[in-house]
Amino acid sequence: MTAALITYDLVKNFGGLTATDHVSLTIAKGARHALIGPNGAGKTTLINLLTGVLQPTSGRISLMGEDVSDIPQHLRVKRGLVRTFQINQLFADLTPLQSLGLAISERHGHGSDWWRVAGTDRSVIAEAVETLTRFGLADTLDTPTHFLPYGKQRLLEIALAFACNPKVLLLDEPAAGVPEEERHDIIRILKSLPADVTIVLIEHDMELVFSYADRITVLVNGGILTEGSVTEIAQDERVRTVYLGEDRHD
Amino acid sequence: MNASIETAISAMTRSARWSHWESLFWVLSLAVLWLFPTKALLFSQIAIMGLFALSLDLILGYAGIVSLGHAAFFGLGAYSAGLLAKHGLGDPLLGLLGGAVAAALISFITSFLLLRGSDLTRLMVTLGIALMLFEAANRFASITGGADGLQGMMVKPVLGLFAFDLFGRTAYLYSLVVLFLLLLLARRIVHSPFGLSLRAVKANRLRAGAIGISPATRLIAIYTVSAAYAGVAGALSAQTTQLVSLDVLDFHRSADVMLVLVIGGVGWLYGGIIGAIIFSLMQDWLAGITPQYWEFWIGLVLVSLVLVGHGRLQSFLKSGIGLVFNRLGLASADQRSVS
Repeated sequence: MTAALITYDLVKNFGGLTATDHVSLTIAKGARHALIGPNGAGKTTLINLLTGVLQPTSGRISLMGEDVSDIPQHLRVKRGLVRTFQINQLFADLTPLQSLGLAISERHGHGSDWWRVAGTDRSVIAEAVETLTRFGLADTLDTPTHFLPYGKQRLLEIALAFACNPKVLLLDEPAAGVPEEERHDIIRILKSLPADVTIVLIEHDMELVFSYADRITVLVNGGILTEGSVTEIAQDERVRTVYLGEDRHD
Repeated sequence: MNASIETAISAMTRSARWSHWESLFWVLSLAVLWLFPTKALLFSQIAIMGLFALSLDLILGYAGIVSLGHAAFFGLGAYSAGLLAKHGLGDPLLGLLGGAVAAALISFITSFLLLRGSDLTRLMVTLGIALMLFEAANRFASITGGADGLQGMMVKPVLGLFAFDLFGRTAYLYSLVVLFLLLLLARRIVHSPFGLSLRAVKANRLRAGAIGISPATRLIAIYTVSAAYAGVAGALSAQTTQLVSLDVLDFHRSADVMLVLVIGGVGWLYGGIIGAIIFSLMQDWLAGITPQYWEFWIGLVLVSLVLVGHGRLQSFLKSGIGLVFNRLGLASADQRSVS
């Protein structure tokens, strides 16, 4: 069985700085795979390389057994590689319904249809309403995004990616900045995502990582320090040192 | 679930519905020809300026592309229609088509220069292209007539039936019909999935790419469409005034159209038309009072508008019109079917 996502010796240099240092990573289909590491470990750069926002200095990326290294970002999305952002990247003056409707029409291949009135395609709206309901946004579907409370915006951030029908979903700190009482909603929804969607979780919050992931890769200084199951990583001395070392500087 | 889908469809298509004030607007714009028959020439200039500003709204209001050189496409349209009419192809509709195609072609080629960079880059690139076209038209005087203007245009009657008259009646009706039809088309475009995707690219280009939209293709497409609109406006101007001079490519035209659009409000299609009405009437009225300094007052209006903000002004106007219709016992605009 081919893996969902593989990177071969991925390198990204910014001038003299190596942000991604020979990363070879294999993410199994249907995995809940967490990428952790202290600040500056190169997690965000890695996501940008995977999604095509940045071009690697060297190395290849394969999605579902297909080399996508030279494919631009929007076409990787169409092949099922979708991400969310650590800082909300939403369409402020569009409603959640419009935002999702847009993502869904785009996936159905009529995102550039310029004659039909948006919203008259029943199948698109039905799917948008279903997804918004799943993410607890059904009662605010007609509210412009910038009026939504932060927790709802965070859910929309994930819903918008989910509407692209991902095979591999990259979640960049999905619960970042969300107050304690609303975190449960996000964790509950993450746990209810379909099992056949492969999930790569980039996270700082160890509690979320240990309760959600089935496999963990630890990044340090742009390279892979170690990889293993949750128990293996929890007991790994080096991982403890890395995080304790960071704590001392805090 | 079905009920919520119906609600969602209705919410999503709300803005695309034709409202009462739009009908009123178009009836009035036709009626002025009989109310003020001597002003038909002025009205046709307003309609053309409105169309030109509408074309700028398509890129500025919906896709966030700023331009200080939109006159390039107006001028291309004007010279194309003018040259066609000079060389025996004086059919007005053919002229409009020629103007649209010429403008669309040049804008398509230059659109690639606008894909990267900041607003400042775009302002400078669009300004630069317009300057180059201006000087090209100046240099090749054997074709364009240079500073003397294009001589010898012969514009035939519209559809072979309606000849242009001295009072500008045909000119106004012709321009108004073209404006109306192109506004209907623009309405379809901005309310379509394509139009929505433009707003997404404008709001957050990074995320637009992350949900599978190709921002570059969308920007090229709307920039080309917008230029075709500007080309039609230029062609209309050439045909209705029987005159094309370097003025059609001049910088002040690019600046004026931006001014007109901002006066009327960016991003709702009617802004350009309303702006053109206000701008031209103020110009007409102020020039009568203070011929030399009328631009002072236009400037004052502009500054106040930008500072007070359109949102407040628009909602004030809309609630006012809504109130009038309610008093008359008419159904609210929301209950009308999708156009």
